[in-house]
Amino acid sequence: MAGRLSTIGVRITHAIPVILGVVVVSFLLTRALPGDPAVYFAGAAADEESIAEIRTALGLDKPLYEQFIIYAGDVATGDLGNSLSTGQPVLEDLANRLPASLELTLTALLLSCSIAIPLGVLAATRPGSAVDHLCRVLVTAGVSLPTFFTGVVLIYVFYYLLGIAPSPLGRLDFIYIEPDHVTGFYLIDAAIAGDWETWLGALKQLVLPAATLALFTLAPLARMTRAAMLSALSSDYIRTARAAGLTEDKVLFTYAFRNALLPVITTLGMVFSFTLGANVLVEKVFAWPGIGSYAVEALVVSDYAAVQGFVLAMALLFVALNLVIDLTYTLIDPRIGFETK
Amino acid sequence: MSLLSIQGLKVAFQTRRGSVDAVRGVSLEIDKGEILGIVGESGSGKSVTSYALMRLLDRNGSITGGALSYGGIDLNSVRESTMRDLRGREISMIFQNPRAALNPIRKVGHQIEDVLRRHSRATRSNAKAEAIKALEAVKIRDAEARYNAYPFELSGGMCQRVVIALALACDPKLLIADEPTTGLDITTQKAVMDLIAELIAERSMSAMVITHDLGLAAQYCDRIVVMKDGEVVEEGSAERLFTAPQHAYTRKLVDATPRAGAGIRALLPAEQRTPEPVLPVSDTPLLEVRDLVKTYQGKSGPVHAVKGISFSVMKGQSVGLVGESGCGKSTTSSILVRLADPTSGEILFDGEDLANTPAKNFARDPRRAKIQMVFQDATDSFNPRHTARHSIEEPLARLGGLSRRERKERVGELADLVGLPRTLLDRFPHQLSGGQKARVGIARAIALEPEFLILDEPTAALDVSIQAIVLNLLVDLRAKLGISYLFVSHDLHVVRLLCDYVIVMRDGEIVEEGPAAKVMQTPSHAYTQELLAAAPVPPALQEPASSAAE
Repeated sequence: MAGRLSTIGVRITHAIPVILGVVVVSFLLTRALPGDPAVYFAGAAADEESIAEIRTALGLDKPLYEQFIIYAGDVATGDLGNSLSTGQPVLEDLANRLPASLELTLTALLLSCSIAIPLGVLAATRPGSAVDHLCRVLVTAGVSLPTFFTGVVLIYVFYYLLGIAPSPLGRLDFIYIEPDHVTGFYLIDAAIAGDWETWLGALKQLVLPAATLALFTLAPLARMTRAAMLSALSSDYIRTARAAGLTEDKVLFTYAFRNALLPVITTLGMVFSFTLGANVLVEKVFAWPGIGSYAVEALVVSDYAAVQGFVLAMALLFVALNLVIDLTYTLIDPRIGFETK
Repeated sequence: MSLLSIQGLKVAFQTRRGSVDAVRGVSLEIDKGEILGIVGESGSGKSVTSYALMRLLDRNGSITGGALSYGGIDLNSVRESTMRDLRGREISMIFQNPRAALNPIRKVGHQIEDVLRRHSRATRSNAKAEAIKALEAVKIRDAEARYNAYPFELSGGMCQRVVIALALACDPKLLIADEPTTGLDITTQKAVMDLIAELIAERSMSAMVITHDLGLAAQYCDRIVVMKDGEVVEEGSAERLFTAPQHAYTRKLVDATPRAGAGIRALLPAEQRTPEPVLPVSDTPLLEVRDLVKTYQGKSGPVHAVKGISFSVMKGQSVGLVGESGCGKSTTSSILVRLADPTSGEILFDGEDLANTPAKNFARDPRRAKIQMVFQDATDSFNPRHTARHSIEEPLARLGGLSRRERKERVGELADLVGLPRTLLDRFPHQLSGGQKARVGIARAIALEPEFLILDEPTAALDVSIQAIVLNLLVDLRAKLGISYLFVSHDLHVVRLLCDYVIVMRDGEIVEEGPAAKVMQTPSHAYTQELLAAAPVPPALQEPASSAAE
């Protein structure tokens, strides 16, 4: 156990230089963007003088290193600045929008895991069967259909043609009142408040975008599960287990599946981090007030504070996610903790 | 009635090129308390026979004929669920490569518990105690601590003990051991085989020992079946097979098994035995190693792989470097071939110190051509996308300074020299047999006419009959080209055949050295004696008068 704790400690210290690097890089990258926030902020009718005034007010006339020192000092105290376009503190914006993205991504991943993993296992245990072919078709479809396309098709079918889905306009229909903010996840907050009507309303809004993302993330997961199961099932220890007469369930789950889980978890981590930052298209199609659409809007208008805040938040999230994956790894695979000593 | 009876067993595999018959009508019986050895070279169908018997064939394999009867039960027709009850409880199996045979992420104790509980030999409450008992039965010291170990924390020999504990946990009547000691060190091999033999006798079990090593089979089995190409060619007691083999194939196998008292030519079939060449050894040293030290930075402090060894190889001499895994023999050979740098010490080659030139610059050193190596794994040491010709030609193109046509000519000559038909030169490694690949590896190593050749277990992965041919080839090449050899091996019998001088290493130190005959016959160090005692001793072969030509 002490070995594992020190492994966790080492991993966390590894993250510190990464975060510092992200602070520097995000700062420099936003400065390198084309476009001038002062011009945007001043509005269409501004003249040279008022733009210069705003530039001074924003501190953009100072040399780069001075701007950086001010920025780093603010970040260190937890102040990410104000967004130019929304006028709100960036921290507040992120706190409002990040849970929306997380709720969508986590639901989508939960859905895709609950389909992809059993599907991959079944396909691996019965190669060449109907399940195997189904798996192949789903994987191909998931890879080749872009999310904005599946999203629009789902809206067309379930909202326009069948009329079972609510209008794709955000996280909650206007007839409901937002649940009190506890976690920012509407499903959880509504459940805490005991407001099951709102809970159902939030769920209805969530189903289509989550399904869209799930179909997209299902492909790599199902593929990796199938491949990992196939290689685990052909290994020597499975032969030993079979030769000892262990039941097929035991062989499949305790012996093969646990070994096959390792590459699946790695893939899951990659898919998760990729989806969280890259589901802008889904958020746009479903008018989901997530962090991805926020970042794109900020980027278009050179909203420095918002972009930097977004990059920093994502970096922290990735670091935390990788830590969680590494820890899951050490829980499953006893060989890991010892190798890093 | 016999415990196990196999009659006319046939097994076929469906492959892309159609159906392949792996076992073609094998019949054999095992009595109660009997240990049957199945001996054969790769592809003889010996393992497939045992998998068919356990009904553990791969998905594309199936039993196409014959009867399998165990204690009156027809194994071929019982339901899969019955078969699962029999496996582990009535018939158990142990495998080669024990580390891979255990689940890498499950505690060994839990793996044994799984089997015990599956066959109702233990309940949740006493499973741990029973598992520890099973570990104690295979003489694992400190069994209680080992219960919590994972396979990667145990040595190969220890893993094999765990596999045996797992197989014997439910007191089966029949144990099938498929190459149980291949890849283990010779002293570990002896310990494991002795343990198996003892447990079998103690529990009056029967066993089927599948091996390519006739000597091993002869030492531990009551009766031996020799298989070739999916058929049984001969059957009899070990004594009888060795002293009076009936079938030509058995004769060839017996001949090819290295053993005390037989010269290198005696390994070949009688009609191929030419007189042994004269091998002049000069008194001038070619290579002198002085106080060679290699220390690695390990996870828990420095690892002393080689602790200051000194020895010499004379011009034309063949020196054997013997030891078990971890003794430092591979480290030494990779330093001598200048693929690694020593921590300190001198390597004088023709009087000049090689250790001065760092390993990373040695590829451009003019002396690179003079020291070459033949690698252990003939398959992995070739680029799979290069033809045999390409592999042999590569050193010539880099260091030989020959024109394209001269190189082609030279590759042909080399192929003739190592006995590789020129028509095979344009094949890729996967299209060549093990013996052919070994020849390509040797041809590549001698392409630049080296003065010193390091042979790192060049025959370890080969069948005995191929090993016999390759060893003889090496002797002939030494006679023709006057190369000095450093022959790295764990097999003392092979070293005795090929070397004039033997160095025995243990834990990075030389424990004994001397002329081969002296070290082999009157070893002075206890470790050498232990190594010699551990090597299986096949019964002496009575040479018929016709082979007196030697």
